[in-house]
Amino acid sequence: MKITLKVWRQKGPSDKGRLVSYVVDDVSPDMSFLEMLDVLNERLILTGDDPVAFDHDCREGICGMCSMVIDGTPHGPQRATTTCQLHMRHYKDGDTITIEPWRAAPFPVVKDLVVDRSAFDRIIQAGGFISVPAGSAPDAHSMPVAKNDADDAFDAATCIGCGACVAACPNGSAALFTGAKITHLGLLPQGQPERMARAKAMVEQMDAEGFGGCTNTGECVAVCPKGISLDVIGRMNADFLKSSK
Amino acid sequence: MNRIVDYTVGEPIRDAKAPTGPIEDRWETRKFKARLVNPANKRKLHVIVVGTGLAGGSAAATLGELGYRVTSFCYQDSPRRAHSIAAQGGINAAKNYRGDGDSIYRLFYDTVKGGDFRARESNVYRLAQVSVNIIDQAVAQGVPFAREYGGLLDTRSFGGAQVSRTFYARGQTGQQLLLGAYAALERQIAAGNVTMNTRHEMLELIVSDGRARGIVVRDMVSGEVETHLADAVVLATGGYGNVFFLSTNAKGCNTTAIWRAHQKGAMFANPCYTQIHPTCIPVSGEYQSKLTLMSESLRNDGRVWVPLAKGDARAPGDIPEDERDYYLERIYPAFGNLVPRDIASRAAKNVCDEGRGVGPGGLGVYLDFADAIERLGRDAVEEKYGNLFEMYERITGEDPYRQPMRIYPAVHYTMGGLWVDYDLQSTVPGLFVIGEANFSDHGANRLGASALMQGLADGYFVLPATIGDYLADAHRFDPVDDVAVAEAEISVRTKINRLLSINGTRTPDSFHRELGRIMWEFCGMERTEESLNKALELIPSLREEFWRDVKVSGTAEELNQVLEKAGRVADFFDLAELMCVDALHRTESCGGHFRAESQDADGEALRDDEHFAYVAAWEWSDQGPILHKEDLEYEYVTMTQRSYK
Amino acid sequence: MAVTGAILVLYLVAHMLGNLKIFLGAGAFNAYAEWLRTVGEPAVPGRTVLTLTEIVLTVAVVLHIWSAVALARRAGKARPVKYAARPKAHASRYATHIMRYGGLTIALFVVWHLLDLTFGVVNPAGGAAAPYDRVVESFDLSRWYVTLFYFVAVIMVGLHLRHGIWSAFQTLGMTTHRTRGRIRVASALLSAVLVLGFLSVPVAVMIGVVK
Repeated sequence: MKITLKVWRQKGPSDKGRLVSYVVDDVSPDMSFLEMLDVLNERLILTGDDPVAFDHDCREGICGMCSMVIDGTPHGPQRATTTCQLHMRHYKDGDTITIEPWRAAPFPVVKDLVVDRSAFDRIIQAGGFISVPAGSAPDAHSMPVAKNDADDAFDAATCIGCGACVAACPNGSAALFTGAKITHLGLLPQGQPERMARAKAMVEQMDAEGFGGCTNTGECVAVCPKGISLDVIGRMNADFLKSSK
Repeated sequence: MNRIVDYTVGEPIRDAKAPTGPIEDRWETRKFKARLVNPANKRKLHVIVVGTGLAGGSAAATLGELGYRVTSFCYQDSPRRAHSIAAQGGINAAKNYRGDGDSIYRLFYDTVKGGDFRARESNVYRLAQVSVNIIDQAVAQGVPFAREYGGLLDTRSFGGAQVSRTFYARGQTGQQLLLGAYAALERQIAAGNVTMNTRHEMLELIVSDGRARGIVVRDMVSGEVETHLADAVVLATGGYGNVFFLSTNAKGCNTTAIWRAHQKGAMFANPCYTQIHPTCIPVSGEYQSKLTLMSESLRNDGRVWVPLAKGDARAPGDIPEDERDYYLERIYPAFGNLVPRDIASRAAKNVCDEGRGVGPGGLGVYLDFADAIERLGRDAVEEKYGNLFEMYERITGEDPYRQPMRIYPAVHYTMGGLWVDYDLQSTVPGLFVIGEANFSDHGANRLGASALMQGLADGYFVLPATIGDYLADAHRFDPVDDVAVAEAEISVRTKINRLLSINGTRTPDSFHRELGRIMWEFCGMERTEESLNKALELIPSLREEFWRDVKVSGTAEELNQVLEKAGRVADFFDLAELMCVDALHRTESCGGHFRAESQDADGEALRDDEHFAYVAAWEWSDQGPILHKEDLEYEYVTMTQRSYK
Repeated sequence: MAVTGAILVLYLVAHMLGNLKIFLGAGAFNAYAEWLRTVGEPAVPGRTVLTLTEIVLTVAVVLHIWSAVALARRAGKARPVKYAARPKAHASRYATHIMRYGGLTIALFVVWHLLDLTFGVVNPAGGAAAPYDRVVESFDLSRWYVTLFYFVAVIMVGLHLRHGIWSAFQTLGMTTHRTRGRIRVASALLSAVLVLGFLSVPVAVMIGVVK
């Protein structure tokens, strides 16, 4: 297949950036999207051009490193799939694909398609944990957890922190990410002592980072590679309002 | 300039510093005898931790909790992304919550045996003891393990174990455990006890006055070369499976940190022990950048086969039953499709070598669920394996409900690593190595669901207890030698400048790919004296070509992923050579190391306990590696030959 | 946003119920309008309740708009660089548009609506006419464009509420996994009832049931 790419190129945070077109021949339908970019980069290196910088690591859909908006959709057209697991068989010969970085003020572009997502780490630092120093834990069976709660907590905990939710949200809100962690810990008995303080601190940090407000558009859920549910935002709001009383 | 590396034999290692006495008391003894550091002094002691996976993340968090001043580094954009996150199956612990006869002793026994009698008894026993604390810790942190309706933790049997001791969180146990450690780490960062440096890559170890006192890193965003000094350095940088280019490791996994440490005096133990996982999705083309693991559990219901005839190009559905070879069931009637990883992998390679492989390039075998679907119904199969089937279809575009999956073995884990003593200290004082980066607990073969256990045992419980004994002397350390620091910085800058100045005609990736092919072909699943010698001929010449003809674009003062890659590939060459030397010298077969010359009449791996019941610890020298043997003694477990017929 | 929205929704329900009195005849409708002015008498002076209601509504509308503007500004700041590729609708992007542009349409309509039927400034019957006459005159067939605007605006209100009502529950943390679906359905139903209720009056005028 022959694919035309329009890729966002930006030398650094202060560079203005622009879309640049490249043509990649010999794209195999069995290639992953990132392998297609590898092919482009190998060529760019040899012609002395700067290869396209993009974040990636595990390439099996779990590390949350890959982050590109493909034709306007974070992680591309396949539902519940990260960019690294998207394959070229979803495209056809002659297609043109536009690739851009996550767009959000709290995720400044580092270079090309690479953005700085440390804002997410700071939201976790604000309270996304249960305070239990190593070695101080009671026996694991001393506190049973209802299976439903454990399952729901797990569903929320599958968040990979990629930031697609923010990238897709018309408001640039991080409510799905923050709500997922608040829900995961808030559903478990172990998370109760810090629950309200956690919700308050994390929401305040989220706002301080400059993310937009949630208007429940559901765009985040539609692009989330792990299918995190809007429930988590409802729970976050409930805990936050209670904590503010 | 093709040279075949020769090695010399040095002094044996006589003491790995494990306490003596009954095995169940040794860890308590060690903890009690370890000197403590006054809480007021801990604040003044500075520890560097490189890597933020299960081992590094948990160690940095725990050292922070204890009051040390910790600086942590990772090459990813967040500590949460380390490749521990991809572990699927679960984590073993001798909780015996099922009452099915499990015990610390049984986990210890299974691990020593599973490691094909090439691990230390004292270490493995401690691992089994600590395993129970890990589960407690993780649950208290909010790790959402699978539970039963009564609210208690669910467990399953894994990797052929006869007891249900594997705790799991669906197929994402590694992710959940890592996020637990990450949360603990972030808590310490918020408390000011840990300083985190993401997108930083360690490029050199600073050894001053014989002690590890710091590291040189490159800020991968600005390109700045920075020096960080400390009282001790902990490496938790994972395994080196990417020396094969294609593996189940993350793309960024590399050997640079441990290889730099090795060149600064840390011995490298058992580099040739490589675990090859039998159920991965096969390579689809030249562009392939990584391999994806399909959970081992698939072999519980899938049947493995290839066509009887060579080069049979018919679609699998068109091959009649009597023209199929269910080779695992044929060769291993007792265990059938459930033989251990190393045996299943090698059998697949053998049938493909015979020309009976399927799919592109003939490198694949069928894993067929037709029988299971007929027996259990499609719904039941979907219930059990739905997510895996979906992942397979996403990657291959083939529907495993309608045609058999194609699978092939892939490099998955490296049991070798830097040599450490019972305290997890390397041969460089003050340099501690934890997790997959060290060699310690798995012997020649790692059992399923044991990697997570070891990483967390090292990070949460073992290292925090032993490092204090070393740091208790820190007030007597000399100031760090400026010359040592300057030398380390210069060596880093020199290497970077050299890579940038070559301006050749091949990309770092193309060299890496070729190195990987050499390693897979000649130092992969089956090794012979001839193949290893061949590899030792090819590697140096490829390395020579690399340093003459590699092309690294861009500059050092920016985010430059090509430069990062080139530096890592350069170190893989040296490691690859040592792996081959180690594999060549170990003329026995054991665990993840199969020498074709050492097999029994049925073609099974044959150990040579008389000559090789030792850890091969290699010392770096310009004149070629020096072998130091640490003899392994078995007081509790009797050495036997494995059989799965 | 959610709290002020809730006040406005409650008002709309009352408003619609009041409107439907038109089907009971001119007398009942005008009496109802009069009652709105005299309710609470003689405990409190005339128009007290109505004035209080008007104040609350005005404050709610102002705060609602103020919140909307603040949210939109925050959204703008959170994404200073827009996507070049036209973002496809992943979920219900219409929700954003309906809330922002729909909200604006509704605001403009409310101004017209007040001038028309409350103050009578733009009403053919004039401000002094009885409420019933004002309604009939307003929706006279000769003023089809006014009626059309009314239709568009009421449907906008319906769409606005369809997202707005459940969204308010979600923002106030009153949704759970089990209830969210039901709340969304209930929001849609209530919105539909309001739309039908409000539209029944002009339709009735046009087809001559109310004259």
